[in-house]
Amino acid sequence: MRFQDFVCFEGTIPELGTVERDGAIEALVSALAEAGRIPEESSQEIAKAVIDRENEASTGMGKGVAIPHVKHSAVDSVVAAIGQSDAGIDFKALDEQPVYMVILLISPANNPDNHLQAMELVFKHLQKEKFRKFLRQCRTRERLEDLLKEADENPSW
Amino acid sequence: MQTGEGILENLVCETSVEIKNAEGLHMRPAMKFVDLASQFECEISVSNDEMKADAKSIMEMSMLAATYGTRLSLKAEGAQAQEAVKALKELVEVRMFDEPPPEGAGA
Repeated sequence: MRFQDFVCFEGTIPELGTVERDGAIEALVSALAEAGRIPEESSQEIAKAVIDRENEASTGMGKGVAIPHVKHSAVDSVVAAIGQSDAGIDFKALDEQPVYMVILLISPANNPDNHLQAMELVFKHLQKEKFRKFLRQCRTRERLEDLLKEADENPSW
Repeated sequence: MQTGEGILENLVCETSVEIKNAEGLHMRPAMKFVDLASQFECEISVSNDEMKADAKSIMEMSMLAATYGTRLSLKAEGAQAQEAVKALKELVEVRMFDEPPPEGAGA
């Protein structure tokens, strides 16, 4: 699996402009709806489901990254939106540090393997300090798209 | 929690485990696994054919992307190695992370 197979580049928000976790999640879900990757009418329900999931256990994995996610029948394959916040968002992360990068994943209800493959790819890159640094430096959608496509071409990079 | 001073406690223990819950090793099961592994002092690793993950790191455990039916090797080294492996194997195969098996697979 590659980033470009599931990341919605139009759903990228280079500066979320919020320090609120729920607001950030809602903004990313709306971005996916506007880009036509999830149905507009399911948008609110999906945002609520992601927030409920987040309230159960934080997806703030440390190192300034959170991966809020949910499984939903509105998608046939996993789709992702990426947002960044310079101010940092309180995700109640495991390391209790603010989150600067939010990767929202909406996964299909009946394809757990598809979800796991997307997670694998995201974590494989995010655990590399260099990748996290480059990602934070992406100030535009175009730059982010370039970075992720470069990562796709050099999986071991 | 015991300290691993006695030479008898400095063991290496290995086994293999099979993922039996339908959804596989997604984030919540991975967190349960990491929480349990972190209760032991010994070093614990989990491997698939491609990589070896630190059982106490949620990022590394998520990178295993272990789907239903995947077999993983579990290795513990140091104090309480045997207890750690036994407890983790039970979490994966008996408790199945408190999640259901696939429909029709039988418990």
